[in-house]
Amino acid sequence: MILTNIESVPGMRITAHMGLVSGSTVRAKHAGKDIMAGVKNFFGGEIKGYTELMNESRKEATQRMIDLATKMGANAIINVRYATSAITVGASEVYAYGTAVKVENIQPRVQG
Amino acid sequence: MDLLIVILSLVICFITGNRIEKNHYKNIKEREIKLYKSPCVTFEKNVSNSPKIIQSDLVAESVVIGCDYFKSFLAGLKNLFGGNVSAYESVLDRGRREALLRIREAAVKKHASAVINVKIDTVMLDPIGTKGHPKVCITAYGTAIRYGR
Repeated sequence: MILTNIESVPGMRITAHMGLVSGSTVRAKHAGKDIMAGVKNFFGGEIKGYTELMNESRKEATQRMIDLATKMGANAIINVRYATSAITVGASEVYAYGTAVKVENIQPRVQG
Repeated sequence: MDLLIVILSLVICFITGNRIEKNHYKNIKEREIKLYKSPCVTFEKNVSNSPKIIQSDLVAESVVIGCDYFKSFLAGLKNLFGGNVSAYESVLDRGRREALLRIREAAVKKHASAVINVKIDTVMLDPIGTKGHPKVCITAYGTAIRYGR
């Protein structure tokens, strides 16, 4: 599966358009991590536990989007966007969406 | 007694917060100098008249960064009088630069020549109405491309 956030896949031609695909996930860390994050937040700096949480959520949402696109028979997703929203303290939603398309290689053109 | 605890934690957070910020800025600057040449990050999408691109892939990285107790206290005071809340500005600046550095480092691992159409998304992680010191989640993502020979 090829993912891009531009309107095309460089070096390939779009042959079919399958429509919008999206995937979302709401994840939380266990209470121990939340307490540690609270302590870390008090003293300042990056909160590694939550960074990890956001990276996991993003991967999960992307995977769900890819699964949907695979079911549709697409082999690439273009124009991928991510949106994050906070639901409660310690849990947040990541939403990934894009356009599922079918692409094929174009013959490399001779430059000049 | 309560006042004493507040003052003590303000002093502690002032020291730790400043130290963490200083170290973080030092770290960011070192990595920015190291990545000075490759790969470049642009916000444009148009790559049609560029040399042949042999690989393209999405890179995305998140950073969650928080304001310490002293900073949120300072910001609360500043809010009364208005003006630039510089305590928060530096936190956001650090977060964005860190997120950009991370996608560039991820792109280097994929042997990419450039990251195009970079988007930066900033979200407050504390829903409105909850207490606590603000934390922000900054996500940077873009398409890493590699030029063929």
